[in-house]
Amino acid sequence: MTATEAHRAIEAIWRIESAKVIAVVARMVRDVGVAEELAQDAFLTALKQWPEAGVPQNPGAWLTATAKNRAIDLMRRQKRGQEKYAEIGREMERDQAAMPDLDSALDDEVGDELLGLIFTACHPVLSTDARVALTLRLIGGLTTDEIARAFLAAEPTVAQRIVRAKKTLGEAQPDFEVPRGAERAGRLASVLQVIYLIFNEGYSATAGEDWIRPQLCEEALRLGRILAGLAPQEPEVHGLVALMELQASRLKARVGPRGEPVLLLKQDRGRWDHMQIRRGLMALQKGEALAGAEPGPYLLQAAIAACHARARTGDETDWARIAAIYGRLGALAPSPVVELNRAVAVAMAEGPAAGLAIADAIAGEPALKDYHLLPSVRGDLLAKLGRFEEAGAEFARAAALTRNERERALLMERAEAAARGEVA
Amino acid sequence: MHFMVMVRANEDTESGRLPTTEEFTAMLKFNEELVKAGMMLGGEGLQPSSKGAARILFEGDKRTVVDGPFAESKELIAGFWLLQAKSRDEVVEWMKRCPNPTRGKSVLEIRQVFEADDFGEAFTPELREKEKRLGETAARQQAKG
Repeated sequence: MTATEAHRAIEAIWRIESAKVIAVVARMVRDVGVAEELAQDAFLTALKQWPEAGVPQNPGAWLTATAKNRAIDLMRRQKRGQEKYAEIGREMERDQAAMPDLDSALDDEVGDELLGLIFTACHPVLSTDARVALTLRLIGGLTTDEIARAFLAAEPTVAQRIVRAKKTLGEAQPDFEVPRGAERAGRLASVLQVIYLIFNEGYSATAGEDWIRPQLCEEALRLGRILAGLAPQEPEVHGLVALMELQASRLKARVGPRGEPVLLLKQDRGRWDHMQIRRGLMALQKGEALAGAEPGPYLLQAAIAACHARARTGDETDWARIAAIYGRLGALAPSPVVELNRAVAVAMAEGPAAGLAIADAIAGEPALKDYHLLPSVRGDLLAKLGRFEEAGAEFARAAALTRNERERALLMERAEAAARGEVA
Repeated sequence: MHFMVMVRANEDTESGRLPTTEEFTAMLKFNEELVKAGMMLGGEGLQPSSKGAARILFEGDKRTVVDGPFAESKELIAGFWLLQAKSRDEVVEWMKRCPNPTRGKSVLEIRQVFEADDFGEAFTPELREKEKRLGETAARQQAKG
């Protein structure tokens, strides 16, 4: 093995093992920042030793053991006076003594630590931005530069965000354990939200820097699958994975030849990724079986996405079922946005007048004041009812509200079509 | 990035021998690790070419179907994984940890899956659209006879 080959191998091993190493050490030293540094120390040692000595049989166990030893050294040096740390140090030494054979320390036994680290990175003491950055950095193994490019942010900004997040966690002293009991549901919701945010950041981008954006969707999917592997008994985790797989299956069909967005019903369904749809439907099935009669919001959203995925053509879409699921979703977590979506589904199932009645009922909601999809939906329904003048005004209003250039162009076209008395 | 990892067939896989409990457990455990790493998109083991295999040979417009079994086992595939990874090197490092998939010498081949962007300039959305329109025009003309 040449030095370059060894370096490439070590970097790949780092990507595979870093989260687990950090997770194990974080539980010892109770500090993510220190844990990351110690893990990086171990990695640097590997870079020095492995090109000559060769890559060990079980590189993950080697890295973990090396980082653990560093942690013990550090704790001895730093905290001699503090009984708590000394005790942890002794415990670890006993563990070391009881585990002379590196190869017997199997990778899959760190599942709990890794899950604990995911919960810590998504800890409620952190801002949402910080949770996202820390999760991508610690669990996804992305560099600060990669995260910055993915979120179209400056690298120093992201670096700062991560430093501050680690400091906040250092002060908050979380226990790095997997939350149990009543706390668990809320903490899990935060983890799911972070992963879904990462996914949506990739999914909602259209043109421009789009080359890196699908990568964010992939990263989110991978994080979701990791979580599903670590917490397979949680129905909502499968729900989120299903939702992301089903939405991502449409990625290629969502953008037209000139980079313009293509609406769901106008998409070429032949360009949907049907293998991905199958994976999504399988995850949905798993989640629904676990949830029984009470599916959570991710499972419900996945069930809606599945209605679209199962329809071979737009006309075959089961809109009545979609409207009913939106109804359940709204009952679970009342939201004018969900209600607006229900209006669209009801319009498709029962006609534009029924949908418009629902949309009109929420038109005064303060949360929808600057939401371009409200006038956009109303415009569409009004046009279908032949009320073109009102429709044109709504489309123009929607065009003024959207921040996406492509979408603005599309809405202006529809406003002009309405002026000509066409539905478009 | 997506990768396909193929297990090359050999005399062992072509014999139709079923894996022992130990072999099966080891492979199951490895696959679980891939699932937990969030990489597993799919994978299957394939029957030997004596069972349910066929080849279709294309030559211009001519198609010839040849039934299995096929003699040259090294050219056959005995199973595959479909994986999502950040790099080829990551797949290499993972697959080095795979238990030997056959008795004797085995070969795993790693190939990167084409994604739409890989077609580059030669397959831009405009071209794609044009290609589709050409297809539609051709279909209409054929329909008119």
